[in-house]
Amino acid sequence: MKYIDEFRDGDLARQIGARIAAEAHPDRSYSFMEFCGGHTHAISRYGVLELLPPNVRMIHGPGCPVCVLPIGRIDLAIRLALERGAIVCTYGDTMRVPASDSLSLIKAKARGGDIRMVYSAADAMAIARANPQREVVFFAIGFETTTPPTALAIRDAAREGLANFSVLCCHVLTPSAITHILESPEVRQLGTVPIDGFIGPAHVSIVIGSAPYDHFAEEYRKPVVIAGFEPLDVMQAILMLVRQVNESRAHVENEFTRAVTPEGNLKAQALVSEVFELRPSFEWRGLGEVPYSALKIRETFAAFDAERRFDLNYTPVADNKACECGAILRGVKKPTDCKIFGTVCTPENPVGSCMVSSEGACAAHYTYGRFRDIPIVATTATVIEEAAP
Amino acid sequence: MRTDIEQPASGEAPAPRPVKKNYIRPLDIKHGRIDMSHGAGGKAAAQLIEELFLAAFDNPFLRQGDDGAVLALPAFDPAQGRLVMATDGHVISPLFFPGGDIGCLSVHGTVNDVAMCGAKPLYLSASFIIEEGFPLIDLQRIVKSMAAASREAGVPVVTGDTKVVEQGKGDGVFISTTGVGVLPPGVQISGRNARPGDVVLLSGSIGDHGVAVLSKRESLAFETTIESDTAALHTLVAAMLAAAPGAVRVLRDPTRGGLATTLNEVARQSGVGMLLQEAAIPVKPQVDAACELLGLDPLYVANEGKLIAVVAPEFADAVLAAMRAHPLGCDAARIGEVTADPHHFVQMATRFGGRRVVDWLSGEQLPRIC
Repeated sequence: MKYIDEFRDGDLARQIGARIAAEAHPDRSYSFMEFCGGHTHAISRYGVLELLPPNVRMIHGPGCPVCVLPIGRIDLAIRLALERGAIVCTYGDTMRVPASDSLSLIKAKARGGDIRMVYSAADAMAIARANPQREVVFFAIGFETTTPPTALAIRDAAREGLANFSVLCCHVLTPSAITHILESPEVRQLGTVPIDGFIGPAHVSIVIGSAPYDHFAEEYRKPVVIAGFEPLDVMQAILMLVRQVNESRAHVENEFTRAVTPEGNLKAQALVSEVFELRPSFEWRGLGEVPYSALKIRETFAAFDAERRFDLNYTPVADNKACECGAILRGVKKPTDCKIFGTVCTPENPVGSCMVSSEGACAAHYTYGRFRDIPIVATTATVIEEAAP
Repeated sequence: MRTDIEQPASGEAPAPRPVKKNYIRPLDIKHGRIDMSHGAGGKAAAQLIEELFLAAFDNPFLRQGDDGAVLALPAFDPAQGRLVMATDGHVISPLFFPGGDIGCLSVHGTVNDVAMCGAKPLYLSASFIIEEGFPLIDLQRIVKSMAAASREAGVPVVTGDTKVVEQGKGDGVFISTTGVGVLPPGVQISGRNARPGDVVLLSGSIGDHGVAVLSKRESLAFETTIESDTAALHTLVAAMLAAAPGAVRVLRDPTRGGLATTLNEVARQSGVGMLLQEAAIPVKPQVDAACELLGLDPLYVANEGKLIAVVAPEFADAVLAAMRAHPLGCDAARIGEVTADPHHFVQMATRFGGRRVVDWLSGEQLPRIC
């Protein structure tokens, strides 16, 4: 595939790997957090870790939209479908996120909820047009990448008077989440999580630009390298981070120059601020309440805000006690540190949100990397024999 | 067929012309639709069977008109003779897709299941669950495609059933087929037979069927030149078995769940691991591009005309050559080998230079793909 294969070239990868190994000082370790789930997925799927020297460690960050969605938010969507009879439309990954009462959207669908998987907010609008007698709610999740399309849908719905369409807005913001991690006691005071730098988001940065990261680099003295989602992008970004650390620099650098500019997509930003405003606080799974970290629909578009329209009240719900998603999302623990990883919690039966999406740290490690650790299911052969007639 | 109306009924009417009675208005295939009476077992049902199903599938077994078909089995050594039977339900949406339809798919699916046991498929049964209101013209198109596929494969549909469900309780038509075949003496093929050191062969490019079907889904609908690979694989299997008797240990067709899931099934059944070479797995550029766009992994996308074989290493080249000499295996490739691994991991050396697990399909990547 042209313009794609170039960024997955194995020979080049080995060359960059050799450079990283040559430039990383053997007497120190380097820990970098890739904020985005897209990077986590690329690292796991292409086997990037195998090409890194042992003293360069990657910490998987919280940038997976479904992973940070708290149980209470999914509960709201399920209630809309089951109790209020609305057609709830959402992106595929959201369907399997565990909610209260052992439910998820996909299980609520099996119980009779009209829940539909869509590829875009525009698809949800089409469903609303085709079902004028039904309430249609778009369960909108995601970072700055998916926010502009939702904003556009709300604005268009207002213009065309699509009265049965509304949005349950759960859009969250990247920079505030990174600040929250850097402010967390583990990182700031205890020093238990050494983060030497960040791989900055790819698609998010196309929208918001590279400027919003200047603050971390300056304030927290952490280098940030914005990188594309292809494996070579990631490798190159790691090399750039190693160099910054070696030179004791903490700058925002842009590896993803083919798409990211300092100011970002101004049109999209204008659209987003026309439709949305900051929430004073929003609960993230794993991170808890994070101030000014999410968006809500402005008063002008209140008619399209499912929270106002259905008078929804958010109730926080605690995660499963054994689940370590919170610590994993903050980079404090690794998936394998969790007692229920791969035993109780698997991609088929996710307990925690990190196991749901292929961008989640746990699912990525389980799906692509678990051969590196221990037997997860030691006795499948005997299971088969027992099942045989 | 309509010109036959005035012809007097005759008990000895030559095939494939259906037996017609006076004063029966023929089915209006062009404008007619299935209604509940077509499933009620009365005159309308009999007419549907005669004019549509029997007309297409016509063969002596079906023409017996009994509740079941009485079949002749080829003579085989009673000590070794073994029957193979397989069944498959088809609920694909949409019913018509580039390169095929639910009709030919329902023949290929079951013929292939029988063939993957190493058997020669002999007979098929077909059961139709049709939704009230389904256009007869579409039903005829499906049945004709099914008949053509069965004729091409040399495996007749010898018995069948038709049921009708109320509108909204089906989705056009569902087809279940069952196949029977015989296993030649000495053939021992099972997912339990893979051994460390064996070679994994793949008969051609992966993901064609899934991408072709997806391109016609209402919510996606994109332009592609990719056609489904739906095909009956029993002659390819016969060629492989003949090339090196006893060398083929496992045969599977990677349908739902794709290549990744199929290899995991084999690894678990045999209690082994596998190591694949990503660079050796053939994927058409169009399939690769569609998957990239939709966020799918071709390893998990369904196929309907491909097989994997686990083969004794010393005969791998001979079997591969036999595959490549067959039209359905011309792009066959050696994609990896079986390893000793107590955890039964299917691993893959990525083109990028790393290594990763190729896991079972988790959840559902694409619903109703076959």
